[in-house]
Amino acid sequence: MTMHSYRLTHLKELESESMHILREVASQFDHPALLFSGGKDSIVCFHLARKAFFPAKVPFPLLHVDTGHNFTETIEFRDRLVEKYGVELLVGSVQKSIDEGKVQEETGFYASRNKLQINTLLEAIETHKIDCAIGGARRDEEKARAKERVFSHRDEFGQWDPKNQRPELWNLYNGRKRPGEHFRAFPISNWTEMDVWQYILLEGIDIPSIYFSHEREVFLRDGVIYANSPFMHLKPDEQPFTKRVRFRTIGDMSCTGAVDSPAATLEEIINEVASTRTTERGSRMDDKRSEAAMEDRKKEGYF
Amino acid sequence: METKGYLNMDLLRFTTAGNVDDGKSTLIGRLLYDSRAIFDDQMEAVERASAKRGNGEVDLSLLTDGLRAEREQGITIDVAYRYFATPRRKFIIADTPGHIQYTRNMVTGASTANLAIILVDARKGMQEQTSRHAFIASLLGIPHVVFCINKMDLVDYDEAVFLDIKQQLEDFSSKLDARDLNFIPISALKGDNVVQRSTRMDWYQGTTLMYLLEHIHIAGDLNHIDRRFPVQTVIRPMTDEWHDFRGFAGQIAGGIFRTGETVQVLPSGFQSTIKSIHLGEHEVQEAFAPQSVVMTLADEIDISRGDMISGTNNLPQTSQDVDVMICWLNQRPLQPGGKYALKHTTRDARCMVKEVAYKMDINSLRRLEGDKAIGMNDIGRVKLRTTVPLHFDLYTRNRNTGSLILIDEATNETVAAGMVV
Repeated sequence: MTMHSYRLTHLKELESESMHILREVASQFDHPALLFSGGKDSIVCFHLARKAFFPAKVPFPLLHVDTGHNFTETIEFRDRLVEKYGVELLVGSVQKSIDEGKVQEETGFYASRNKLQINTLLEAIETHKIDCAIGGARRDEEKARAKERVFSHRDEFGQWDPKNQRPELWNLYNGRKRPGEHFRAFPISNWTEMDVWQYILLEGIDIPSIYFSHEREVFLRDGVIYANSPFMHLKPDEQPFTKRVRFRTIGDMSCTGAVDSPAATLEEIINEVASTRTTERGSRMDDKRSEAAMEDRKKEGYF
Repeated sequence: METKGYLNMDLLRFTTAGNVDDGKSTLIGRLLYDSRAIFDDQMEAVERASAKRGNGEVDLSLLTDGLRAEREQGITIDVAYRYFATPRRKFIIADTPGHIQYTRNMVTGASTANLAIILVDARKGMQEQTSRHAFIASLLGIPHVVFCINKMDLVDYDEAVFLDIKQQLEDFSSKLDARDLNFIPISALKGDNVVQRSTRMDWYQGTTLMYLLEHIHIAGDLNHIDRRFPVQTVIRPMTDEWHDFRGFAGQIAGGIFRTGETVQVLPSGFQSTIKSIHLGEHEVQEAFAPQSVVMTLADEIDISRGDMISGTNNLPQTSQDVDVMICWLNQRPLQPGGKYALKHTTRDARCMVKEVAYKMDINSLRRLEGDKAIGMNDIGRVKLRTTVPLHFDLYTRNRNTGSLILIDEATNETVAAGMVV
């Protein structure tokens, strides 16, 4: 007879913690929604939500803030997932916010819709009366995020006050708020990039094809490889060329850099992540604007 | 990184406490750097920031600063979480500031920790803050404490200095409810006994800090004896396939649950047997703390969020009167006789502070029977009267069922952390 081991591996312990958090969100809020970008972190959050409520359906909709600058593959993946699991999809459109004159499109070579998402997100939260937006942000990603609570309070303007956060103890999450305020909840706060990849492999989770090595027309700018697309305005000296690349994170086409990589399987990606010497967000132009770029956006309501 | 090894690692959560100049950031920086958890672009950013400030050398403490105000003021305001892994374990560090006004952050970081690292400056020995850190680690039930006697390089790696400080710490700790104490002489700056064994302290026979972090036995930290399952939510799919399914979702707070076993539901007191246990799409025969599962019972019993499923021969205490040690976390002091919202396991209640028994002087560990004013960062013992009965255990027996928080109903802020005594 074999002795049973009552010990959880770290991935299973993280999974259990995340499921607990997702159930707390569903229990403490009336209209939560899962922010879904089509990136691996939000995909893992959705997978965890399916596990947390099985055999019932995930009891909240997905909310996609559509910048209009998405990779086609991401949108196709999103639509397949929504169809397969019969989950409700809400879309907030940055293009619509621009057309309605609520925000102004940035101009110039470094124009990005990244910051414009804040307005669209807050508007979607208001329109759909969302009282808790669940996000796939991780604390290992960025130094402002390292200080974020799992249940993170937002005032009536959607602002985060990092210096005045509620202490968060044990697994007791305080989601109490006044009318008009809302929460952000981060169920995979304690996961690292490596944890996410290993979990995707362990659980056999489907992810968009652009995470794997593929041929694409790209160009170089400031040492970063960008996908060539109608959303990018090339400088005269920037010449597009074809290259085998993959994406380590998925944001907008206009702010996400590709990596020069032959990794075509999850195992190869994991090996690459293990040996890489730069952070995941190192190729994100949106973070490079200043030392406190993320903190500033988060204070205004970014995820 | 090998996938097979990675899937077999366990998780150690630890907290670090030290005074402002004890070298805590340097120690964390070294642990992260030596385990290759710091990326080149992060290091370059720190080098750039150090140069901008005009610091002569690279300031590793900048690695752990998160917010603009912290960088500007050169202090840490809030708990920051750091992550690193070795081939044996994954680690989560709750990095908490050491200033007196931020006791609340230390309590927050300590609440989920398996282990506390407390830094002591070898030149200064035990100080007031050291005793406060040790007391909080003990109060929050952290199973393992490691005192790192740091800056040994500044006392010529002298064994007598180490032994003297160790003696002071042992004497003090005998007054605490501390379980597993460890003492390591280190120099975080030079790297002695952090990851690499020091060649300059042959007299020290113990392990390095990293070896201890990787090997310390943590499987016994959770209670696998008393069966406790606080119900988070009821799962009712109401689909054709799962027509009559009614499952109870929660994270096991203690013990091991097996199908076919008899359990008792609180507060109703009804007994039933466990029909099935579900972990996601899989059915399992048994589940244990801290797994998140769904259970079904053989009988139709009215169960909702906040109820508890428990073993039958070993019940939690059930009462509306609860004695707790509290750490006050808010600028607005505790109002004796005041009413607060309360969260305990998955149960929401309200409570009144019936009595403040005493306040602790956390430097001398004396009870201040005459001083009952409990304000920010104070620790004291109170009696609470709750609107509904709570099903609880002593905190020393189970950190999940023995802990609670108080919330100010006007501001919705979490104002106190409570441990049932």
